[in-house]
Amino acid sequence: MASIDYQNKLLTAFDESFDSLNGVRQVYSPYANWLAGKDFSQLTQKSRDAELLFRRVGITFAVYGEEEGGERLIPFDIVPRILAASEWKKLSDGACQRVRALNMFLNDLYHGQDIIKAGIVPESILTNEMYRPEMQGVDVPGGVYAHIAGIDIVRTAADTFYVLEDNLRTPSGVSYMLENRRMMMRLFPDLFRQYPISPVEHYPQLLLENLRAVAPRGVTDPTVVLMTPGAYNSAYFEHAFLAQQMGIELVEGRDMFVKGNAVFMRTTEGPKRVDVIYRRIDDDFIDPLAFRKDSMLGVPGLVSVYRNGGVALANAIGTGVADDKSTYIFVPEMIRFYLGEEPILSNVPTYKLGVEEDRKYVLAHLEELVVKEVQGSGGYGMLVGPTSSKAQIEEFRLRILANPSNYIAQPTLALSTCPTLVEQGVAPRHVDLRPYVLTGKTTTVVPGALCRVAMNEGSLVVNSSQGGGTKDTWVLQC
Amino acid sequence: MLSRTADHLYWMARYIERAENMARRLDVTYRMSLVQNAAQSEAALWVPLLHISDTVDDFNEAYDEVTAGNVIHYIALDERNLSSIYSCLRAARENAHAVRVAMSLEMWENINSLWLEFQQMDKSLMLDSGLTEFCDWVKSRSHLFRGVTYGTMLRDDGFWFTRLGGFIERADDMARLLDVKYHLLLPSANDVGGAVDYYEWSALLRSASAYLAYLKVYRDAVTPLRVAELLVLRQDMPRSLHACMDELTNILGQLSGNAGSECIRLAGEMHSSLHYGRIEDVFRGGLHEFLESFLRHNNRLGIEIQRTYLNVPINTSGLDDSGVDDDLSATGFDTLEPLLIQSQS
Repeated sequence: MASIDYQNKLLTAFDESFDSLNGVRQVYSPYANWLAGKDFSQLTQKSRDAELLFRRVGITFAVYGEEEGGERLIPFDIVPRILAASEWKKLSDGACQRVRALNMFLNDLYHGQDIIKAGIVPESILTNEMYRPEMQGVDVPGGVYAHIAGIDIVRTAADTFYVLEDNLRTPSGVSYMLENRRMMMRLFPDLFRQYPISPVEHYPQLLLENLRAVAPRGVTDPTVVLMTPGAYNSAYFEHAFLAQQMGIELVEGRDMFVKGNAVFMRTTEGPKRVDVIYRRIDDDFIDPLAFRKDSMLGVPGLVSVYRNGGVALANAIGTGVADDKSTYIFVPEMIRFYLGEEPILSNVPTYKLGVEEDRKYVLAHLEELVVKEVQGSGGYGMLVGPTSSKAQIEEFRLRILANPSNYIAQPTLALSTCPTLVEQGVAPRHVDLRPYVLTGKTTTVVPGALCRVAMNEGSLVVNSSQGGGTKDTWVLQC
Repeated sequence: MLSRTADHLYWMARYIERAENMARRLDVTYRMSLVQNAAQSEAALWVPLLHISDTVDDFNEAYDEVTAGNVIHYIALDERNLSSIYSCLRAARENAHAVRVAMSLEMWENINSLWLEFQQMDKSLMLDSGLTEFCDWVKSRSHLFRGVTYGTMLRDDGFWFTRLGGFIERADDMARLLDVKYHLLLPSANDVGGAVDYYEWSALLRSASAYLAYLKVYRDAVTPLRVAELLVLRQDMPRSLHACMDELTNILGQLSGNAGSECIRLAGEMHSSLHYGRIEDVFRGGLHEFLESFLRHNNRLGIEIQRTYLNVPINTSGLDDSGVDDDLSATGFDTLEPLLIQSQS
C-alpha cells in the first residue's frame, strides 16, 4: 500500500503534505486516505498511462542542443500540489499586487520616470540592455505592458513565501497547468469528487478577453493572432495549444507583412489586417529593422507600426527591463511607491556582485549561496553552492570575476517539498510555483499554477531544461 | 485562412496519399513476385516501381543492384528517397506538427500516433513475411486519416485544402502508374494478352483496389482497354482520373475568395475531357500521349494552386510586399496544349 509516510525520512525543508510533529497536514488528509487504498504498482501504471497520453497528444518540448526537432516529454508527476484557500489568497493577492506595480513602473519608466526622480530606482537602469529607448514616450493601450506575467514563488515555511523572479517577457508553461489538470481529471476522477478544486479551464478565454481589450482604439472586433518563432521552438506545443484554445490564428513572422501603418497576414483570400499580436518571440527577433537585423523570424516594420498605434503587442516591447534580476531588488519599493501598499510577498535577499561590499561577501560564501546571471533564464548559467563541487565553485568564481556586475547571489533557500512518485515510492521533492497573472482592464489570476518539481532527490533546480518535472496544482475553494 | 497553414495542410494530405500509393504498389509487386514466373527476372519485376516515381537514377546511385530487398528498402524505408514511405510519413507528420491548430484534435492525434507507431515498428521483418502486413498498415492508416478528416474537421477552407492535396496527388499517381504499365505491357490496344499480361493487369487493378470493381462492372476477361477505361474515365471508380477531377473541380469551387479563377478553369478543362471522352478515342490518339498530357496539366494545376493560395515568401527587410513571389508569376508559364480526346467523325 502506498502512503505519505515520511517517518523514516529526515525532512530537510517544509513539506507541503506532512509535518513531523502532527503527521499529514489537513489539506492532504483526504488524499493520504485515498493513497492508502492504492498499490504502488497501480500508481506507477497511472504514471505510465499519463506518459502515453501526453506522447500521443504530442505535449512535448524541444531541447536546445539536441538534434533538430528532438522532442521530449516533461516528466509529469501524478501527486498534486494542494493549496488551501487561505494560502492561495495570500499568493494570488501578492502576485497581482506585484504585477500592478510592475506595469505602473514600466509605464513610468517609459514616460515621466518619476521613480528615478524620486531616487528609488537609480538612473543607471536606463543603460540596462533590456531597456528599449524605442519605447520612450510611446503610449501603449491602457498603459498595460505585461499582459501576461509568470511569477515564480517558493515557500520555505507555513507562512513564508518568496518571489524568486517576475517573468514579464514571454512567460511559458501555462499549457502544462491546463493539460496537467485535464490529465488528472482523466486519471483520477474519484479524487475530484472528494476535493473542492477551483477550475482553471477558463484561462484561454480570460486571456483572449484581455487581448481583445488592448486592441488599438476604434477597433471593435479585433483580429487577434498568436505569433510563434515556429515549430522548432521549445515552447511550440504551447503556442499551438493556446492559439487553438482561443480560436485564433497561429502565425509566424513570414505570415505577416507591413503596409502603411498596419500589419497584415497573408491568407488564401488575400491580406487580412491584424490588430493584436500575442507574441511568443523575444524583442530581439520581432523586427529586423528595429532590432536584430539577422532575424528571419520577425516582421520588418512591425515596431514602427506598433509605436504609431497601428497594432497592439502583448507583452509590450521593453518589459525585460522590469524582470531583470538587477531590477528585481527594487520591486518592494515600487509597490510602496506606486500603490502605497506594503508588499504581500517578500523578495529573496539579493546581493549584487557589481557592488564591492556584496561581492566580497559572496565570494567568501560561494558554497552557501545561489549565484545567477542577471539575464539568465531556464536554469542555465547558475551556481547552486551547496550542491556543487569545489572545482565547479572555483570555475564559477573565475566567471564572476571576469564580469561581476553580470551576477547576483541569493541565500540557498530550503524550498518546500511535496510528495512525489519516484522509483522507491512516494517521497519528498523540492517544488516551486508559477501562477499566471493576466492584465487587461484589470489584473487577475486564475486559481491554479504551474508547479515545477526537481525530480532528483535533494535537487533544488526545477527547470524543465534541467530535468525538472511538473505537477497539477489544486487550489481548494474552501 | 493563413496561406502557410493551407500549404501545410495541402502537403500533409499529399504526403499521406503518396505514402499510401507507394504501399499499394510495393504490396502488389511483392505479391506478383510470389507467383512463379521463370520468364521474368527479378529486376524486370521491380524496376517499374522505380520508374513510376522517377527514381531509377537515384536508386542506382545508392545501390549496387536491383534486388527485391534493395527496392523494398529504398521505397519503404530509405531516408535518401524523398518519396519513400518513411520520408512521406515524416513529411506528413512535420507538416501536421506545424499547423496542428488548424485541424481537429483527433486528426493530430491520429497522425502523431501513426508516426510514433512507425518509429517503433520492427523493420527487420519487413523485407520478408512482414511486408504485406506493413503495406496494409500504411493503407489502413491512410484510410483512417482520411476518415478522421472527413468525420471531424470543420468544413472551412482548411478542410478543402486538405482534400485538395489528396486528390492532386492521387490523380498524379494514377496517371504515372498507368503510363508505366502501359509502356511495359502494351504492344497494341487490341492485344488481349496471355497469362503474364493477365497477372500484370490484374495486379495493376489490385493496386488501385479496382480488381473486384472491374469484375463487377465488366463481368468479363481483363483487357487493357477496359482497365484503362475503368481507371481513366469511370466516374464511379474512386481512384480514377475522372473521379479525381470530379473532386478537384468541386473542391476548388468551395474555396473562399475570388483568386482561383485560373485554377478553376484549368481543372474544368481537364474535367470536361474526361467527362465526355471515350476510351476508344483515347487509345486512338495514344494512351501514353494522353497520360503525358494529363500529367502536364495536373502539374500545372498544382503549380497554379501553389501560386494562387499557398505561396508564402520569406520576409526580407523590404517593407512593401504584395505577397506574390516573382518566380512563380503566371507569365512565366509555357503555353500548355489543350487536354483533348479527339473523337473520330
